[in-house]
Amino acid sequence: MTADGKKSSKTTNKRIGVFVCHCGKNIAEMVDVKKAADVSKDLEGVVFTTHSNYLCSEPGQKELQEAIKTSKLNAIVCACCSPTLHEETFRSAAENVGMNKYEVEIANIREKCSWVHTNREKATEKAIKIIETKVEKALLNEPLTPASVEVNRTCLIIGAGITGIQAALDVADAGFKVTLVEKSPTIGGHMAQLASTFPTLDCSQCILSPKMSAIAHNENINLITNAEVTSVSGFVGNFKVEIKEYPRYVDPDKCTLCDDCVKVCPVVVPAEFEGGLGPRKAIYMPFPQAVPSVYTLDIDNCLGIHPLICSKCRDACGPEAIDYDMVTKIKNMEFGSIIIATGFDLYDISKIQEYEFGTDVDVIDGIQFERLLSSSGPTSGVVLRPSDHKKPETVVFVQCVGSRDPEHHMAYCSKICCTYTGKHALLLKDLAPDTEVYVFYIDIRAAGRGYEEFIQRAQEKGVIYIRGKPSKIFRDGDKTIIWAANTLTGERLEVEADLVVLAPAMIPSFDTKSISLITKCSLDEYGFFKEAHMKLKPVESLVSGLLVAGTALSPKDIPESVAQGSAAAAKAISILSQPKLYHEPLVSTVDEDKCCGCKVCQSLCPYGAITFDDANKTSVVNEILCEGCGTCVSACASQALILKNLTHKQMEKMIHVALKEEAK
Amino acid sequence: MTKIKLAVAAGSYCGGCDMSIIDLNELLIPIDEVIELQYWQLAADFKIKDVKALKDNEIDITLYHGPIRTSEHAELAHLFRKKSKVLIAYGACSCFGGIPQLANPFTASELLDETYVHGYNMDDSGPNHMRTSSEYKKGRKMTLPKLLDSCLPLSSEVDVDYYVPGCPPVRDQWLVLIDIITNFIKNGELPPKGTVVAGDKARCEECGREKPDEIVINKFLRPYEINPDPEKCLLAQGLICMGPATRAGCGNQCTGDANMPCRGCFGPAPEVDEPGLKMLSAIASIAGAKKEGELGEEGLKKLMDQVVDPFGTFYRFAVPQILMHIKQKKAKEEKSDSVK
Ligand SMILES: Cc1cc2nc3c(=O)[nH]c(=O)nc-3n(C[C@H](O)[C@H](O)[C@H](O)COP(=O)(O)OP(=O)(O)OC[C@H]3O[C@@H](n4cnc5c(N)ncnc54)[C@H](O)[C@@H]3O)c2cc1C
Ligand code: SF4
Ligand code: SF4
Ligand code: SF4
Ligand code: SF4
Repeated sequence: MTADGKKSSKTTNKRIGVFVCHCGKNIAEMVDVKKAADVSKDLEGVVFTTHSNYLCSEPGQKELQEAIKTSKLNAIVCACCSPTLHEETFRSAAENVGMNKYEVEIANIREKCSWVHTNREKATEKAIKIIETKVEKALLNEPLTPASVEVNRTCLIIGAGITGIQAALDVADAGFKVTLVEKSPTIGGHMAQLASTFPTLDCSQCILSPKMSAIAHNENINLITNAEVTSVSGFVGNFKVEIKEYPRYVDPDKCTLCDDCVKVCPVVVPAEFEGGLGPRKAIYMPFPQAVPSVYTLDIDNCLGIHPLICSKCRDACGPEAIDYDMVTKIKNMEFGSIIIATGFDLYDISKIQEYEFGTDVDVIDGIQFERLLSSSGPTSGVVLRPSDHKKPETVVFVQCVGSRDPEHHMAYCSKICCTYTGKHALLLKDLAPDTEVYVFYIDIRAAGRGYEEFIQRAQEKGVIYIRGKPSKIFRDGDKTIIWAANTLTGERLEVEADLVVLAPAMIPSFDTKSISLITKCSLDEYGFFKEAHMKLKPVESLVSGLLVAGTALSPKDIPESVAQGSAAAAKAISILSQPKLYHEPLVSTVDEDKCCGCKVCQSLCPYGAITFDDANKTSVVNEILCEGCGTCVSACASQALILKNLTHKQMEKMIHVALKEEAK
Repeated sequence: MTKIKLAVAAGSYCGGCDMSIIDLNELLIPIDEVIELQYWQLAADFKIKDVKALKDNEIDITLYHGPIRTSEHAELAHLFRKKSKVLIAYGACSCFGGIPQLANPFTASELLDETYVHGYNMDDSGPNHMRTSSEYKKGRKMTLPKLLDSCLPLSSEVDVDYYVPGCPPVRDQWLVLIDIITNFIKNGELPPKGTVVAGDKARCEECGREKPDEIVINKFLRPYEINPDPEKCLLAQGLICMGPATRAGCGNQCTGDANMPCRGCFGPAPEVDEPGLKMLSAIASIAGAKKEGELGEEGLKKLMDQVVDPFGTFYRFAVPQILMHIKQKKAKEEKSDSVK
C-alpha cells in the first residue's frame, strides 16, 4: 500500500514507513489494523504503510526490509507490541538493510491498546493516535551511532572478606589481573574469627586459610592490605582509582616471623581479632594464618617510633625488618571494573541500654562467643566467662538484638542469627553438656539446606528455646539477670545467668557510606549498598561496571557470600573480556550555550554520569555512563539538558498530536 | 540628522519602568539629542487624540510598559502598534504579565467584589456603590474602561518586536537599546524580531555565588527565616531561588549585595518556555533527593508542603501557559465588545 506520489516530509526530509502488526488476533481483533494503516498514509512524511500478520516473524521482517529498500525509507514506525519485546528485533532488521537503527520507532498498540480495551471503534481511534505520536517523533529523530570505549582489563576488589577473596580468585583464574584492597592488616574478614561454621560445623579457619594462601600466591593478584580506596572517577572500562596504602613499619620481605618484637613490646591492648577478649601488643600479627604473613606496627598504640621514646622492637629485630621511616603510599591505578565487598559490622549494642552491654563484662556478642569457642582463641576453646574465668553453669542466648525492631533499631531480619545461635548453643552443649542453655527468640527463621534440622539438633541436645524477647538484662552480684515474658505461655520469667550472649543485627560496615560517596553506588534505607535490580541484577549497581557482593548488600551467610562473590566475578569477567565496550546513544547531552552552571543536576544522576567542567563552567554528561533515564533533564530549569531523540520539541509535538481534539 | 520619533505608552503599570528611564541620568543626554518625543505622559501632557492623528508607522519606536488589564490598555496597545514601526515590550509586566498577572486565578467580578464589596473598609451599601460611569456635567458622561477577566502580556494583544525584561529594566539593557536606536538611525538596521534585550543564559551564570556539587533541599526556608551565607548558592541554603530558570542580565541585583533569592523578573531563560514549571520541576528534583526511600511519599509531600504560595513563588512574573491559553480564549470573546 504505497502512498505513491507523496513526497518526504518537507521540514525533515523523512521518508517514513508505517507497519501495523495484527499479532494474529492479539491486536487485529480489537484494532482495525487496515484502517490504522490507511489513515497513517496521510500523515506528514509517511510514504509507505502496510499491515501484516506477524511482523516479528521471518516473512514479516523480510517484508519490512523489502519496503525499506524499495520505498527508500529512512525511518519506520512499527505499530505492534511493547518495545521491550521487539524493538531490538526491528532495529537490527532495519540496520541490516542500511537504515540507522535509531530511526526505528515502536508504537505499542498491543499492551497499551488492544489488550486493555473492549470497544473496537475506540481502540482503533486510540491506536491511530499512538501511531500519529510516533510518526511525529520519527520526523525529528536523528541517526545516532553508539559510543565505544577501550577496556582496561584489570579488576579492583575492595574488601577481602570471604566475598572479596572468592571474587578475586575467580577473576584471577579467568586470566585477568586483580588488585585486592583490604583495610585491615590481614585478609579474611569476619569468617577468620569464626570457630566453626553451620550447618556442617567444619572449622572456619580450615576452609578459609587455603583460599587466603591462594590469594597470597596467585600471580594475577596484587594484594594491598592496610589500605583504602580514596577516590574513584571515570567509568566502566576506564575507572581511575586512588589507593592509599598506610605504612605497617615492617618490611614483609625481611620479617622472618620470629615474634621477637612482640616479646619486647611493652604496650598491651585488647585484640580486635579476639573481640577484645584477649590481649595483643602494639606490634602484632592478628592471627597466625594472617595474609600477608607479616607483623604490623599499630601506630595509634605504639609509644612512639623514636629511639628516644621506645624502639624496643627495632632493637630486638634481628633481620632489621622494622623501618620507622615508612610513609603512606598513594597509588593511582586504572581498572576496567570494580567489585565492592566491604562486608558488615555488628550493631552497636550499647544503644540498647536495657541490655547493659559494655558495662557488664559477662554480656558478650556472637563474635566474642566464636572466639571463646575457638581452640586458637583467648581461652583455647574452653568457654569461660570473662569476669572471673569460671565455667558458666547457665548461659542465655538472645536473638534479634537490634533486628526486627522498626521502632527503635533496625527493621530488617538479620537472617543468619537464628542459625548461628543454634550453632553456639549446640557447640556449648557438646563442650559442656551440664550447662543450662536458654535461647530467647522471636521466631526461628532457619531457611536453608540443613538449617532447620540443625536447630532441631540443638533442641534435642536439651537447649531450651523460649519465645520472647528479654525486656531487661542487668547485673545482680555474681549473676546477670534476664527478665522476659514467654509469649507462648504468657508467663513472666526471670533467669539468673552466668553468661549472656547477644546476637546483634548485621549492619553495613563502617566505611559503607564513604565508599558510596566515592563510587556513587547508592545505598538502601538501612545504609547497605543497593543492587540495580533486586531480582534480575543482584550484584550489579546502577553504575555500569561497578559490582557489589556479599554482606555489603544485606545480611547473609558464607555460602551466599561466596556465591555472590563468584557472581560478581562472572559479571566483571564479562566486562573485562569485551574487545570494546559499546553504549546506546540514547543519552542526554548538555547544550553548553544554555547551561548556566547552576549545578542543580550534578548530584542527581543515579549513574554518576554528570560532572562539571570548571573551565567552561558547564555540566558535562559522560555518554558511556548515561542510561538516558531523564532525571537530570527534568531537573534542569535552564532546559540545557536534552535527551537525544526525545527532545523537548519532540515531546511537545507528541503531546500536541495526542491532545489535538481536546485542545480544540 | 533626522531625529528618531519615540513614544512611551503604558498599560497596567506601577510607574517603576518610567523611573528606570529617569534613573538613566546622564545617559539621557545623548538620547535627547537624537530623539523627538511623540508621547510620554510622565514627560509632558501629551494627548491621545494627537497620537490618533499621526500617520500609520509615523512613530519609529514605542516602548510599552505594563500588561493588558483593562479595555483601555488593549486600545492603547492597538493604537501604538498601528502608529509605530517598532513596538518594544518594556519591563517584566509588558513582556510576561508581571506582578499584576498574579490576579489571573480570579475573574474581574471576583476581583471587584473582593476590593469594593468585601473590602474591610467598605460600607454595607452593597454593590450599588460600584459605578463604572457617571454624569459629571449635564449630558456629559464619563465611563471607566472595562476591567478584563485576564491580565496578559502585551504580545497577547498585538505583535511585539522586541522585549526588554526586568522589574524594572536596568542600565545595561539601555546601553544595548541605545546601540539599537543609533544603529537604526545611522543604518536603518534592526536586530531580528523577537530579540530579548538581556543575557543569553540563565541567571546562575552571572551569580558569583559558590555552587556546591550537591544541591539538595531538606528544609525549605523563606528569606526572613535565614541570614544567608553571602558566598554560597541560595538554593543550596534552602531558599527557592529562581536563578536557574530565569534569564540573566539583571546584573546580579538580588543575589548579589541584596543577599536575596532571584524572583524571576527577567522572565524565562532562553530555551525555557515555562519558567515556573521548570523551576518547580527542578525544586521537586532536589527536594529530599537521595532520601526518597527514607522519607517515603508522606515525607516528601510534607517537605514540598513547606513551599509557601507556590503560584506566587514560581509564577511571580510570568503567566503560566495554561492560564494564558484559557484566559486568551475568554479574552477573544471579550475583545469583540471592547476593541473596534
Ligand atoms: C557471630 C557470627 C557467626 C557466624 N557464623 C556463621 C556460620 O556459622 N556460617 C556461615 O555461613 N556464616 C556465618 N556468619 C556469617 C559470615 O560471617 C558472613 O556471611 C561472612 O563473613 C561475610 O563475608 P563478607 O566478605 O561479605 O564480609 P566481611 O567478612 O565483613 O569482610 C569484609 C572485608 O572488607 C574489609 N573492608 C571494610 N571496609 C573496607 C574498606 N573501606 N576498604 C577496604 N576493605 C574494607 C573488612 O576489613 C573485611 O576484611 C556468622 C556471622 C556472625 C556475626
Ligand atoms: S616501638 Fe612501639 S611497637 Fe615497638 S616495642 Fe615500642 S611500643 Fe611496641
Ligand atoms: S539522563 Fe539520567 S543517566 Fe543520563 S545523565 Fe541524566 S540523570 Fe544521568
Ligand atoms: S541543571 Fe542544567 S543549567 Fe544547571 S548545571 Fe545542570 S545542565 Fe547546567
Ligand atoms: S540558584 Fe540563585 S543563588 Fe544559586 S547560583 Fe543560581 S542565581 Fe545564584
